[in-house]
Amino acid sequence: MIGYIVRRFGQALIVLVLVTIIVFALLHALPGGLVRAQLGAKANKFAVRQLTIQEGLTKPLPVQYWVWLSNLLHGNLGFAYKQETPVATLIAETFPRTLILAGSGLFLAGVLAIPLGLLQGGRRNSLFDYGVSGFLLTTYSTPYQLLGVILIFLFTIELNLLPATATNFGQGFGTDVKVLALPVLAIFLGNIAYFSRYVRSSVIDNLAEEYVRTARAKGVSRGRILVRHVLRNSLLPFVSAVGLSLPTLVSGTLVIEVLFSYPGMGTLFWHAQQSRTYPLLLGILLIVTMLVVVGNLLADLAYATLDPRIRYD
Amino acid sequence: MTELSPAEQSPATLVASTEGRPAPTAPADGPAGGSPRASGGLARWQRRRQDLAVFASNRFALVGLVFLVALVLFCFVGPIIYRTNQTSATLLYSNLGPSGQFPLGTDPDGFNELGRLMLGGQSTLEVGFAVAILATGFGALWGALAGYVGGFVDSVLMRVVDTALSIPYLFLAVLLATLFQPSLWLIIGTITAVSWPAAARIVRGETLTLRTRDYVTAARGFGSWQLRLIGRHILPNSVGSIVVNATLRVATAIFIFALLAYLGLGVPLPATSWGQMLQQGITHLYDNYWWELWLPGACIVLTVVAVSAVGDGLYDVVVKRQAAGRS
Repeated sequence: MIGYIVRRFGQALIVLVLVTIIVFALLHALPGGLVRAQLGAKANKFAVRQLTIQEGLTKPLPVQYWVWLSNLLHGNLGFAYKQETPVATLIAETFPRTLILAGSGLFLAGVLAIPLGLLQGGRRNSLFDYGVSGFLLTTYSTPYQLLGVILIFLFTIELNLLPATATNFGQGFGTDVKVLALPVLAIFLGNIAYFSRYVRSSVIDNLAEEYVRTARAKGVSRGRILVRHVLRNSLLPFVSAVGLSLPTLVSGTLVIEVLFSYPGMGTLFWHAQQSRTYPLLLGILLIVTMLVVVGNLLADLAYATLDPRIRYD
Repeated sequence: MTELSPAEQSPATLVASTEGRPAPTAPADGPAGGSPRASGGLARWQRRRQDLAVFASNRFALVGLVFLVALVLFCFVGPIIYRTNQTSATLLYSNLGPSGQFPLGTDPDGFNELGRLMLGGQSTLEVGFAVAILATGFGALWGALAGYVGGFVDSVLMRVVDTALSIPYLFLAVLLATLFQPSLWLIIGTITAVSWPAAARIVRGETLTLRTRDYVTAARGFGSWQLRLIGRHILPNSVGSIVVNATLRVATAIFIFALLAYLGLGVPLPATSWGQMLQQGITHLYDNYWWELWLPGACIVLTVVAVSAVGDGLYDVVVKRQAAGRS
């Protein structure tokens, strides 16, 4: 077990180092270089020269990487020249909001996927199963912006219940809930199919196990078998499924944030793209990837601790 | 893994889905002797018929396939029969509702919406299929190399795959698309760059089981060099799962293409894609131009569902083949 944890940590560390190398490489692959990106194509050559030296871009690449990495470890992600603010400050400001949005969507999807998958797996190939599967396949195949637009259409244009923009987030709990409702619902709809599918498969697998037959033979009712026996065993793979879904979840959040003008990291990323603020783009890419790696690590560790049957040697 | 009916496995497994589920792998007690590729013409023909029967028994897949064929005709043959002006904007005609002259109305630039759907479908399908071929091809080679060589090389190659899978695909795609001039090939390259790792993982898993087979050992004994071994024996025998994965890549590529379009990254004018048309519809959300919003939206969703359905049917075929002891 200890060996597994150490190895898993090592693996995550290697991935993190590779991520920094990729981001560093992208930073140097910028069209015209970082200095041109910052000063514009028409900058005079003395200014370019000065900034090149100032940024340490004349040093050998490994040295530059090392300097960049140590800056990174000290929390310095560079300077967003268009916003005139350090990248780290901007990310620290928007990150909690993204966490609330993505977290609520994920939580809702995860919590509802369990009973849904359980019912589907328990009544496999019934009309209910087909109906839910079909509906979820459709929501899963719908681009996030369209999901959001459908929700806006229903809840804002037709029913006039909820606001279609989330710009005024952060003005008290009451408004926050109202403002977050549609974006969270959109993320929920975009992700629930993945989880419920997982639970369903897992339930079907477990229903074929010997222990279910034993329980049946003892006279345990079907519902009780599902809840008491199958549910617990089906939840384990679900934990790692949550870890694996993180990159998709975060990508969906990007679109949903932009659609609802939610002031989170996704919208920040999009603004950085529009204004070509490369340090900000790369900083956000780095941070979200690191979060995914850490999330994955936590999910795997949780899986290893929760399942006593599996020995990791 | 306990016996899973193939239907449990697929349809809703699109974006990032191939990771969570076990790839269809050949049973360990499969044909151990001669390479399964060696067979007569008649036998091959019979197998094809069996495969077709299995595929057709999945109604969902069959409907999906018919829909896709109709769609390809609509997008690529349609414009030959139904000619519309799709190059110069006529603002006089912008945002007109459906009428005799424009059966599905017009878009904000005054383009005929029906013709526009055909044109947008062309780029959407092109991106979907090109990405599937490129990403699966590259990923399969990568995975086969990792699984076949093993050891340190395997570790390095697979850590790269882990890394690629950890980067939220949309963020990377937006960044890559920002670095270069927008074009159809840039979009294809970008989506390929975020789509290949899944295939690499699946093929690596297959390779690990295939490399210990007798016919591979025999070929190695003959002095066959590694790349040839991978190309002649490993990849052809994992073709089933490669094809299933490629189908899913078509669906994800179309999906990601639509997301990118919303973020302003698409094919340059006068070309268009369904995602870009949808984006235009969204900017006119409150104007009630329903044809600009729901038609391209429905096209995307239906196509993604249809492609997944076909993938589901192909998965059935692969599972049946493996149950019959041939890969």
